[in-house]
Amino acid sequence: MPAAQPAPLTLVQPAADPAPRTIVDIHNLTLTYQAADHPVYALSDVSLSIAKGDFISLIGPSGCGKTTLMRVVADLEQPTSGAVTVNGMTPEQARLKRAYGYVFQAPALYPWRTVERNVTLPLEIMGLAKTERQQRAREQLERVGLSGFERKFPWQLSGGMQQRVSIARALAFDPDLLLMDEPFGALDEITRDHLNLQLTRLWLSTRKTCIFVTHSIAEAVFLSTRIVVMSPRPGRILDVIDCDRELPRERTLDIRESPEFQRIAHRVREGLMEGHSYDD
Amino acid sequence: MSRPTMARPIMAPWPLVMLAAPLLPFATLDGTALYLPQIPAAFALFALTVATILARRLPGSALGEALLLLAGVAAAYAAPLALLHQGYGLAQAGGLWVYLAGATLLLWRVLALLAGVAGPARLAGPALFGLALVMLWEILTRGFQVPAILLPPPSAVLTALSANAADLWDDFRQTVLISVLRGYLIGCGAGFLVAILADRLPFLARGLLPLGNLASAVPVVGIAPIMVMWFGFDWQSKAAVIVVMTVFPMLINTLAGLQSAERIQLDLMRSYGAGYWRTLAMLRLPCALPFLFNGLKINSTLALIGAIVAEFFGTPVVGMGFRISTQVARMNLDVVWATIAVAALTGSLLYGALALAERRVTAWHPSFRKR
Repeated sequence: MPAAQPAPLTLVQPAADPAPRTIVDIHNLTLTYQAADHPVYALSDVSLSIAKGDFISLIGPSGCGKTTLMRVVADLEQPTSGAVTVNGMTPEQARLKRAYGYVFQAPALYPWRTVERNVTLPLEIMGLAKTERQQRAREQLERVGLSGFERKFPWQLSGGMQQRVSIARALAFDPDLLLMDEPFGALDEITRDHLNLQLTRLWLSTRKTCIFVTHSIAEAVFLSTRIVVMSPRPGRILDVIDCDRELPRERTLDIRESPEFQRIAHRVREGLMEGHSYDD
Repeated sequence: MSRPTMARPIMAPWPLVMLAAPLLPFATLDGTALYLPQIPAAFALFALTVATILARRLPGSALGEALLLLAGVAAAYAAPLALLHQGYGLAQAGGLWVYLAGATLLLWRVLALLAGVAGPARLAGPALFGLALVMLWEILTRGFQVPAILLPPPSAVLTALSANAADLWDDFRQTVLISVLRGYLIGCGAGFLVAILADRLPFLARGLLPLGNLASAVPVVGIAPIMVMWFGFDWQSKAAVIVVMTVFPMLINTLAGLQSAERIQLDLMRSYGAGYWRTLAMLRLPCALPFLFNGLKINSTLALIGAIVAEFFGTPVVGMGFRISTQVARMNLDVVWATIAVAALTGSLLYGALALAERRVTAWHPSFRKR
């Protein structure tokens, strides 16, 4: 990181605070699993440190291990070697303390529960009282723009609305860390733009640390403070791009037309091209 | 839902075969063939049916036409019964059978019309269809004088039913309320609990499933006498047979149901730090419900069959199986049929109740959900 220019009164001051509180620390992480006939090197020597309040996008082609990396952080996958800490704990301790909310590729809503009771699911597991649960569900559903849908069932909602319910569910127990695995991958472009805008506002208002897996360069540049470009087989980090210095934190969709945005997008694309192997 | 002003389809010409009825003998009396004009009552009924066909366009709605034609069908079904009552012979009555065939084809149109009607009248269709089958059974067995040993008419079955109501009630209580209910609850409950155990201990599942296939291939007539020897004549041996028959269908269905939760839904539970039992209660059992109901429905019919067959091999002098075996020996086939009717009705009601419960409990499932 270059020496910081004296830039007073910006929201982020990386140089002024040389060690902002690290929330996720990944050190020399390697993950290999045995497929039917050969070992698969899913992740190779990945190191990454994520500060509190960061919005990190993991971008890369299919099979580059970006989802695997996030699943390791969430303790849904066990690394072969290397160290990961989440909030200073092992991923397992962090999971049991419910340190993170996970938003999956699919909404993963339970069809026998109403929208409200889907959002209160983690709260029920945590043993909160019923009135408190309903109160929080109302707040979070309002936050994702779904007030009035409490009594509906998930299958009565559109795909975009279902994914918003799953975001409300992840926010309901107020975790410090939000892990999102291509949450908008299955949605159409217009819905996706809309949800990206909602998500960036949500992130600004809640100040949660986000790790976001995506295929889309535009989505990554639009949302992130930092973009981690990954290469496939073995999955490793090619480039880490800081967007925060060139783009403001508060973003609208117009920003995508700006030269700064284009410059970052270009660098991400170049990183992806460089790491892309054409042998498969 | 059909629109009220839906155009009615034109009638197929097949019911008009009944117009050949006047050309053939309509009944016999003391060996002489009689034609339609010679039997005024039959002629009146025939005329009524033809009139309803001619007037079918007069009512303003499909429901109206269906009711009108139904009157014509009813007249045709009443004709042979009235003739039999007056002592006519019907075995060589070609004209009457042509009339009846035409009326049955007319009923087809009635059912088609009712199927397009909104509201509770729709439900009348299946009921009418069942009623028509019973009526035809009655008319054909009596008209052709089928020996009651081979197939008694439904009226004789009904008479036997009411004449033996007390016995049949005792049989029902012994077989259904005592043996079947207990055996069914024990069998399904055990299958469910063993499935949970096998889910916790995978080696158990691997050992049990081949055994399950073996058990479901065991013939019930082989296992029943053995169970009677082990557990005695009363309900315990019947319940044991039912348990043998039902435990593995329930086990296999429950196991399949517990596997049906999606990976992503399980990961969600894991991300909340939920343990085995909580995941079971909040995710895997709800997911398994359609499978559980499948097992319960299959077992409801299996249990009844098991109890009745087992009673052939020894029972206190009561029970549906006992009744069937003793009354067959005495050639009282009407009582046998009455028992069969009770058993069939019981099985259908059990199955129907379970299907209704399933519809309520798993209304969220793609096969039932309504927007």
